[in-house]
Amino acid sequence: MEYVIEMLNIRKEFPGIVANDNITLQLKQGEIHALLGENGAGKSTLMNVLFGLYQPEKGEIKVNGKPVQITNPNIANELGIGMVHQHFMLVDKFTVTENIILGKETTSGGRIDIKKAEKDVREISEKYGLAVDPQAYISDISVGMQQRVEILKTLYRGAEILIFDEPTAVLTPQEIKELIQIMKTLIKEGKSIILITHKLKEIMEVCDRVTVIRKGVGIGTVNVSETNPNDLASLMVGREVTFKTEKTEAKPEQGVLEIKSLNVKDSRGLPAVNNLNLEVKAGEIVGIAGVDGNGQSELIEAITGLRKSESGSIKLNGKEIINMPPRKVTEAGTGHIPQDRHKHGLVLDYPIGANIALQTYYKRPFSKGGVLNYKEIYKKAKSLIKEYDVRTPSEYTLARALSGGNQQKAIIGREIDRNPDLLIAAQPTRGLDVGAIEFIHKRLIEQRDNGKAVLLISFELDEIINVSDKIAVIYEGEIVAIVDPKTTTEQELGLLMAGSNQKKEGVQHADV
Amino acid sequence: MQMSNRTKNIIVPIIAVLLGILVGTIIMLITGYDPVAAFGALWNGAFGDSYFTGETIRQITPYILAGLAVAFAFRTGLFNIGVEGQLIVGWLAAVWVGVAFELPKVIHLPLAVLAGAAAGALWAFIPGLLKARFRVHEVIVTIMMNYVALHVTNYIIRSVLAESSDRTELVHQSASLRSPFFESLTDYSRLHWGIFIALICVFIMWFILEKTSRGYELKAVGFNQHASEYAGMNVKSNIIMSMVISGAFAGLAGAMEGLGTFGYAATKGGFTGVGFDGIAVALLGANGPIGIILAAILFGSLKVGALNMPLEAGVPNELVDIIIALIVFFVAASYMIRMFIDRISKKGVK
Repeated sequence: MEYVIEMLNIRKEFPGIVANDNITLQLKQGEIHALLGENGAGKSTLMNVLFGLYQPEKGEIKVNGKPVQITNPNIANELGIGMVHQHFMLVDKFTVTENIILGKETTSGGRIDIKKAEKDVREISEKYGLAVDPQAYISDISVGMQQRVEILKTLYRGAEILIFDEPTAVLTPQEIKELIQIMKTLIKEGKSIILITHKLKEIMEVCDRVTVIRKGVGIGTVNVSETNPNDLASLMVGREVTFKTEKTEAKPEQGVLEIKSLNVKDSRGLPAVNNLNLEVKAGEIVGIAGVDGNGQSELIEAITGLRKSESGSIKLNGKEIINMPPRKVTEAGTGHIPQDRHKHGLVLDYPIGANIALQTYYKRPFSKGGVLNYKEIYKKAKSLIKEYDVRTPSEYTLARALSGGNQQKAIIGREIDRNPDLLIAAQPTRGLDVGAIEFIHKRLIEQRDNGKAVLLISFELDEIINVSDKIAVIYEGEIVAIVDPKTTTEQELGLLMAGSNQKKEGVQHADV
Repeated sequence: MQMSNRTKNIIVPIIAVLLGILVGTIIMLITGYDPVAAFGALWNGAFGDSYFTGETIRQITPYILAGLAVAFAFRTGLFNIGVEGQLIVGWLAAVWVGVAFELPKVIHLPLAVLAGAAAGALWAFIPGLLKARFRVHEVIVTIMMNYVALHVTNYIIRSVLAESSDRTELVHQSASLRSPFFESLTDYSRLHWGIFIALICVFIMWFILEKTSRGYELKAVGFNQHASEYAGMNVKSNIIMSMVISGAFAGLAGAMEGLGTFGYAATKGGFTGVGFDGIAVALLGANGPIGIILAAILFGSLKVGALNMPLEAGVPNELVDIIIALIVFFVAASYMIRMFIDRISKKGVK
């Protein structure tokens, strides 16, 4: 039996749209098969069909060569199909073991045999190299470990075929490496994997074959060994995509943002930013490279007024803005694309149009004497939605209903449109597909070319190296080095970010 | 056809009301009363003649305002359970001004009404401040403030305003909402001008929430404090403002009773219940302006009509309280009704 799963000519319609049209996906025993497509191309829909959450209008599903009807997730589970969700489905206040056995508890006389369960969990985790502490509480463990718990959940239920839904979106580079190792071990143990992703690098690294879908239509399946990232990107987007972001030499001018000996504490009251010095000039993009949790978030929050600074100086265009309320900082000329778009960037229960006015609603022409002019607000929203290619049924649609990429484009439109002297972009492309990433990078560079200062924070080294004109490496709340993206390498940055090698040749030290 | 959310928001309360009446009927049948006579008496008691109609409209007035108070806080992410207490202090403050001063009507009446609103606002300011500054949950504080309001106002009436009687003097004519015109129209019911104030307040609530930048901020803070802070809104002052506006509506409800219905303030053995019913009015009215008016009409009619049930049909008027409770129950359980509607409309497609 060659194929463990065959989804043949699947068609799934929703009112008004065809989410999947004639898609065929065949999974071989023991392979890692990528499902590639842009945000909103229909990947999740297809997998939800396989997992029994949706019923297809047309097409056939075969498991081990036998036609099956998967009408609910329980049937999928019985057929050995397990899903590792992008947004973890875990109970925070339960232990790892309790989460894994949830719904599949072995009981004796009404009592859960937690000892046996822990033993089982330990056995499975050792077999597949999924290091977890069965007794730890979910709220106490890292995101990477939570994901391993999700994987263990499917294995505990006897899954032979695992679906990973964009598993690397929430992970740090180190955790991604570990995950890739785990996937390889799973294959060795005879499992088969479908990997939903839009990250081409990962596909090239671990996958055997890749099925591409574009706007709901199956484009085809290719062997990874016979393709390259450029071809895959064009297959996915439907046009040529440039990876090397095209840009001219930066022409830095006067300093826009000047930070001197800044100290900020984190929410637990521990020092997060220590005597940090940084300058961002007009007409340049400064990228901050660092491992998550080295003070990046606190730094941005301090600049934007969302967090109190302990001491130091933050000057914008020569004017002191330290510990000013957020609105004053905004009006002094900053734009801020926040790291967490759901927490800070949007009011999800407001229409997308009202969200586009989030920074300007109180100003003319949107507000006059305290009375809002919704006609103007939605007119503006409509033009920005068009300009920034935000795909939404209308400007009156709730922000919650939009896909992540489109939410992000709306935020970016809102922030750039105000034409701020300093644009702070924190992980602006997190979770987006190559097309959207390309678009956003172009916009950032455009701002720079218009003589604005851009501060970019990202955990993706590719992005930092490609987009920045200058890279500042942050380690334990300090800028430990400033390097030139044209001459540096990922290895060098990695070492600097780990704080291990601060005295390397060719590295200009930050002693501003 | 999938029903739109808007239609569902209208249909669900109607079904809840019908279910409440249905279960009430069953209870009457079990306990041996005649439901037809009972509901007939209820109807006559609410709309049977012009006196009853006048009384019903009078009762609707504070219900609208109490409903607005709850709904306004709710729309901005807060639970104001203290409408009852804010109503009581608003009542007292309005009467106090009505008794203590002698002024021309154009000044005195608005002053007394505004005093009621201000007192309610002040009473709600305290939980607002505690929430904004110290993150104390407003539900706890507002519940406790209800008791404080009840006993403090009783004390003030007994020892300051009425000199050891249990009620104040009548408010001066210049501060009264009473209307000889309405009285003649409705056979000397206590219907007063307050209904217009209530309707104006419905408009004010809608206008603030839907048309002003303040309303935009208040709702944004209710939905997502982090994003509001990011956008430069003052989260703390918006929380306080929301409670203050809500309390002002509640205080007005009290002023209507003090200056219109009764014309005095008396010591109370317990809560009026209007503030708590306001929660049900807001819930049934889906926190929207039109919904609140309709829900207040329903509750006002039930409350006034119930008084006629023992007289005309020999049914205890507590049964109406049970029916009201059932309606509230079915609205609260509207998820059940929604699921049911979804199932039916899905079947219709196949």
